[in-house]
Amino acid sequence: MAGITSYGAYIPRYRINHNTIFSAVGFLGTFPAPGEKAVANWDEDTLSMAVGAAIDCLNGIEREKIDGLYFGTTTQPYMLRQNSAIIAAALDLQPNVRTADFVGSTKSGTAAVLSAFDAVKGGERSNVMVCASDCRTGKPGGPQEHLYGDGAAALLLGNDGVIATLEGSYSVSYDFPDRWKASGERFEHAWEDRFIRDAGYSKIIPEAISGLLNKYNLTIQDFAKVAYPCLYPREHGNIAKRLGADPSQVQESMLATVGDIGSAGPLMMLVAALEEAKPGDRILVASFGNGSDALFFQVTDRIAKVGDRRGIKKNLAFKKELTSYERYLAFRNLAPMEMGMRGEESAPTPMSTLFRERKTVLALCGSKCKRCGTPQFPYQRICVKPDCGAVDEMEYYRFSGKNGILFTYTGDNLAASIDPPAIYGVVDFEGGGRSQFDLTDCDLDSVKVGMSVEMTFRRKYLDEARGVHGYFWKATPVRN
Amino acid sequence: MAEGIKDKVAIIGMGCTKFGELWDQSAEDLMVDAFKEAIEDAGIEKKDIEAAWFGTHFEQLSVGKGATPMSTTLKLPFIPVTRVENFCATGSEALRGACYAVASGAYDIAMALGVEKLKDTGYGGLPGGPSLMGTRSMLIAPNMTAPGAFAMLATRYFAQYGLSPEGGKNMLAKVSAKSHHNGVLNPKAHLRREVTVEQIMNAPIIAWPLGLFDCCGVSDGSAAAIVTRADMAKKFRPDPVYVKALQIAVSSGEEMMYNTWDSTHVETTTRAAAKAYEEAAIKNPREEISMAEVHDCFSITEAVTMEDLQFSPRGRVKEDIDAGRFNLDGEQPIQTDGGLKCFGHPIGASGLRMMYEMYKQLQGKAGERQIRDPKFGATHNLGGFPGMSVISMFIVGL
Repeated sequence: MAGITSYGAYIPRYRINHNTIFSAVGFLGTFPAPGEKAVANWDEDTLSMAVGAAIDCLNGIEREKIDGLYFGTTTQPYMLRQNSAIIAAALDLQPNVRTADFVGSTKSGTAAVLSAFDAVKGGERSNVMVCASDCRTGKPGGPQEHLYGDGAAALLLGNDGVIATLEGSYSVSYDFPDRWKASGERFEHAWEDRFIRDAGYSKIIPEAISGLLNKYNLTIQDFAKVAYPCLYPREHGNIAKRLGADPSQVQESMLATVGDIGSAGPLMMLVAALEEAKPGDRILVASFGNGSDALFFQVTDRIAKVGDRRGIKKNLAFKKELTSYERYLAFRNLAPMEMGMRGEESAPTPMSTLFRERKTVLALCGSKCKRCGTPQFPYQRICVKPDCGAVDEMEYYRFSGKNGILFTYTGDNLAASIDPPAIYGVVDFEGGGRSQFDLTDCDLDSVKVGMSVEMTFRRKYLDEARGVHGYFWKATPVRN
Repeated sequence: MAEGIKDKVAIIGMGCTKFGELWDQSAEDLMVDAFKEAIEDAGIEKKDIEAAWFGTHFEQLSVGKGATPMSTTLKLPFIPVTRVENFCATGSEALRGACYAVASGAYDIAMALGVEKLKDTGYGGLPGGPSLMGTRSMLIAPNMTAPGAFAMLATRYFAQYGLSPEGGKNMLAKVSAKSHHNGVLNPKAHLRREVTVEQIMNAPIIAWPLGLFDCCGVSDGSAAAIVTRADMAKKFRPDPVYVKALQIAVSSGEEMMYNTWDSTHVETTTRAAAKAYEEAAIKNPREEISMAEVHDCFSITEAVTMEDLQFSPRGRVKEDIDAGRFNLDGEQPIQTDGGLKCFGHPIGASGLRMMYEMYKQLQGKAGERQIRDPKFGATHNLGGFPGMSVISMFIVGL
């Protein structure tokens, strides 16, 4: 029986308290909800977070086995240039992988899971990864800014080593116009909250879940956990009551810790449920957005064999408060920041170079000398080891999963940066290899020579004039 | 065994403009001024110059590519002119070309001229973006600047030798304070004021741990040299300055891609210096080199260069700095003209500007900065970043 064989998640390090936003700009006709939300760093976006979740999901799994990668989001960086193909390249998947983007609705995460399931259950594909990620920017002062958080989840679907079988699903689709955004627009539009709540969440989610229960002749009490999103905390509880679910059955929505995470929300809740699940548990997950997909999983005894995952728990625990709303605006490109004339200089991205060097740039692959075993970055044809110097005896060597030691570093106030000082340094990789990288998700005071670092996929630059989101890897203190 | 360059070439004339933020002068103006002084100093005419080398680095900021910017500005009459670029060693690379030209016997008189106009960019510091790896750099290089690249030398030096941030910064502050003192005495320097160790240590951080006064200035300037065969030199002047060694060393890539380089020294400097001493038959550089102009783009660069040039033992330059060894009145004065610290670093000109000071000192014409009876002077340029660099090293003497 096909189902989930691995899971992972990613939550950005920064959290901003709702009061911080409220005290800066207020909210249109509302009050600050309790808690905080997760905020992507200035060098993070939907795509980089998806890679973060995928790496968590792939811990200990051979990447050569992955033959599909589906990506669900509403905030894909590219309208043209397949976002899932960039993720697949960052993960160094084989070229024969099937990639597809699922976009346009907050149910695109569950839509991607259902498509992946269809592909693996008949044996057409062996192991399909699903990433769901969203990084939605609301207008300053508006309810979307207030409630939307950033994060990502990843699931691997296959037939071998299944930890939770996908037993069934039920979908409903409505052109429910609660929120919309035309092509080329930056911000969403929304209809009245009461409409979204009463005609949307509280009707459509129960409809999908009831449909599933009827279809499989189950009751809500058959489930250990029921997970579904809702923008309105009180209504989240009311939906459970309407379904007849006990509060203990309801998966925590993360509204007060991460926020409403769009396409990634249902999958992140599913990951959180799997972290606590016991063999035999049934888990029901429903999405919301122009209808709803309800999915029903049954946990197997292999759940105990899932290796070390950061998942939701460790990601939630790893955080730093962003105390400045103004910095939040800068991170989300909502306030034009002075980068100086030096910062304004930008050459076009050499696309043919990028394609030729895709394993270097996107997958962080260097080479390893077959004669002396020295790893080196970037790829060299002539071995850099002084007493070796072998010519054309190289094989690809992936550094992205390797931790390293910070050999030296600086915090640079002259370099143009959204978040000065720009911190960068030289990394000595475990197993050999050395190169210099930007550092991210750290503060200069906490950076030390000799500290352990790991590699994280980030947006290196945004060239708005030419429509380019440039990605590369940065070093970051190992998340513990 | 190759013979090397020792005593084959003599410098018979030099020119150097005032360096600074020269809003009223173009790169072409600076070339003319350096050229005029050099040929007057050599006592020759333009028609005597048979070949020329032209050094400039950021050609896109001022003069453009190729050799024609110099040949047409100076109206050089259809002689061979070669433009060279080799990071911050560009000026020294131009001089190297001219030296080899006369040493080979191909020409009797050759000229080297370097110029850089950095103050037409609209901002302080050097142009942005890492420029070491070409088009790849925007894809994979960190968001680096020159101060940051050299700051990483300091971070590692402090860690390796157990210096506290305060102790390390104090050592570096003394390096800059010394150069500022010398710059006050030099009318051609850009920055001419005394700065105290306290001021330096408390200045705003540019790239941790380097503060404002740990960084050299950014300026415009030009310098030129006329060289001839050693056996002809005395026909031009009684006090020609002879080239004793001329070395370039360039990174192999192992510093930044292999794991053995310690980032508390510069391997290329170490290698170039060892070869230069061999070429000049210098056995004990700490005792025999009377003075030096080294590449103090940042205070830490000068500090580790003292060790790389074997002026101080490894890890112990602090003792020499504290003892005042490198001060103008010390045992081995360094940056007698104020260095990059006070001249700034118009890249194409710097190597020749350093040589101008050594030349004047050896001739006893350094005015208030004159040191007593110098025998050998050294110039050193470090181009690129510490782990991926081009080093030039000259030794000159009477």
